[in-house]
Amino acid sequence: MKLLNHTLKYLSITLFVIITVWAAIFYINMLDEVYDSLDDGLDNYKLLVIQKAQEDSTILTKNDFAESNYEIRQIPEAVALRQKDIHVDTLMYMLNEEDFEPVRMLTSAFELNKRYYELKVISSMVEEDDLIEDLFYSLIWLYIALLASIIIVNNFLLKKTWQPFYLLLEQLRQFKLGKDPVIKPADTRVKEFKELNEAVSLLINQSLEAYNGQKQFIENASHELQTPLAISINKLELLSEKEDLTEANLMAIGQVIQTLERLTRLNKSLLLLSKIENKQFQYNEKVNFNSVFKTIIEEFTDFADYKNITFSYQENGQFLVGMNKNLSEIMVTNFIKNAIVHNIPNGFVRITVSSSSFSIQNSGSEVPLDRNHIFKRFNKRSNEKNSTGLGLAIVKAIANLYDLTIDYSYKKGHVMTVSSK
Amino acid sequence: MKILIIEDEAELQEVIRQSLEKESFLVETASDYTSALDKIISFNYDCILLDIMIPGGSGLDILQELKDLDKSDNVIIISAKDSLDDKLTGLDLGADDYLTKPFHIAELNARIKSVLRRKSFGGKNTIELANVKLDTDDRTVHIAGELLVLNRKEFDILSYMIVNKNRLVNKTSLAEHVWGDHMDEADDYEFIYSQIKNLRKKLKDSQAGVEIQAVYGLGYKLVVL
Repeated sequence: MKLLNHTLKYLSITLFVIITVWAAIFYINMLDEVYDSLDDGLDNYKLLVIQKAQEDSTILTKNDFAESNYEIRQIPEAVALRQKDIHVDTLMYMLNEEDFEPVRMLTSAFELNKRYYELKVISSMVEEDDLIEDLFYSLIWLYIALLASIIIVNNFLLKKTWQPFYLLLEQLRQFKLGKDPVIKPADTRVKEFKELNEAVSLLINQSLEAYNGQKQFIENASHELQTPLAISINKLELLSEKEDLTEANLMAIGQVIQTLERLTRLNKSLLLLSKIENKQFQYNEKVNFNSVFKTIIEEFTDFADYKNITFSYQENGQFLVGMNKNLSEIMVTNFIKNAIVHNIPNGFVRITVSSSSFSIQNSGSEVPLDRNHIFKRFNKRSNEKNSTGLGLAIVKAIANLYDLTIDYSYKKGHVMTVSSK
Repeated sequence: MKILIIEDEAELQEVIRQSLEKESFLVETASDYTSALDKIISFNYDCILLDIMIPGGSGLDILQELKDLDKSDNVIIISAKDSLDDKLTGLDLGADDYLTKPFHIAELNARIKSVLRRKSFGGKNTIELANVKLDTDDRTVHIAGELLVLNRKEFDILSYMIVNKNRLVNKTSLAEHVWGDHMDEADDYEFIYSQIKNLRKKLKDSQAGVEIQAVYGLGYKLVVL
């Protein structure tokens, strides 16, 4: 639930309770005031009638309400002495309304010339049901108006206030270590947002620093290894040219050179990987993968022939990608090399290029590979001693750099598919 | 032929010097920017091996200096950095080649000789050994005047072996030179054997004065019979 609606939910419940309680208290108070005012009026009227009766005794014979608001009836003394002023609500037929309507009636008793009389005065009353109904509807409207204004304020004013927060959130969602763009928080005068922006910026800068430091370290370390490797290999090569070496010695030297070459390959792969991730490959051009494939397949023919592996190449279109030519060749090379190295004797490699993708299918072990792991670094498929375990990690890094998708599937062979998004 | 090695790493300098002396080159060395500058100003070299990262300055500045001095010494950059930018800048400043460390001695030999050939023979690229004559421009081989037809790989192997005559050529070095860097993970390079076998047979059939010998576990060696 959005923050705006969350507050709205609580606000509407609170408002509903407050307005309801307020309405009840208001109604009771108002009605109380109305009765008070009516009763005062009736008391005054009573005194006026009694005063009038002393002057004009005909009034004493008026024993029903008819056109006026009072009636007088003679009563026994005993009843009159017990009689106290009573205000009651009662109903009376109203001509105009053609219905019984509520009235307020005062019943009292007085004594005139040793005779006792009962006096009833009435006054028209508010219609309570109408009052409640009116009150109820106006409160409903008030409630709706309040909610509507809160929603409007929320959506226009608060949304604007929260803008920096949502902007930051959106940027954080798209943020990826090592991928541009870096987070740029919006300017804000709200203290909390300022602090949030500062905290996020600090966190990201620290992470980036650590990440870049690590990337740089791999690159520097790989560079530093090149010279010692060169010295070792070249010294051994010179040593192997000495005349007085036995065949066993030569074999041993050859094995050490091979191991050092393996180390060199590993080092070069690591360097390549960090260079790709450090985005040190520029000079992008429209690369035609069809021609890259043709070149690389040609280069691998001898190797494939030696392993008795059949190549087939099919074109359904021209696959063009804007990227570094060198990297496209490395990508294709690694795929084809993998397809040959992890193949079976008399196996096949089938390459299909279309206008939006290419795929490489090769025979090999009959167990599908774990697609979650094959692109990870140092994930070795076999104990192939010459494999660095970085080939597919490099391919993945190149694909990521140029927004290409790589997919692995197993359909009568291992199939790698690269497609543009 | 005089060669200057500008390299701060003493051991690498020494190993390259030894290897080049085997090829009967006259070798001088410089370990830092100032001594390198002294040497290039005072002498002329047929080839300079130049490390980019040297104490006291950049190898690229040495290149600039050579250009300013209007010297036409051949320069091969040897760098630990496989950087396209450095490569382009270097070649732009007049370097003839760019080699990334670590490299094989045979490869360095081949590059130096290729650079020297371009200079010495006024553009005519031929290599002669015994009765074998290679033209690297036309990519033709004549044995005792008779044309020997070789395929692309056989020609590349032969020319690489000939510039490294009497030297042990590591099979990885041969594979990388002939089949390209991509060949690295190819197990043990056994696949190059069939090409070598064909080449040997052709050389023998045409009574060439050279022979390619296998050095078990390491690689091959071309010797004059």
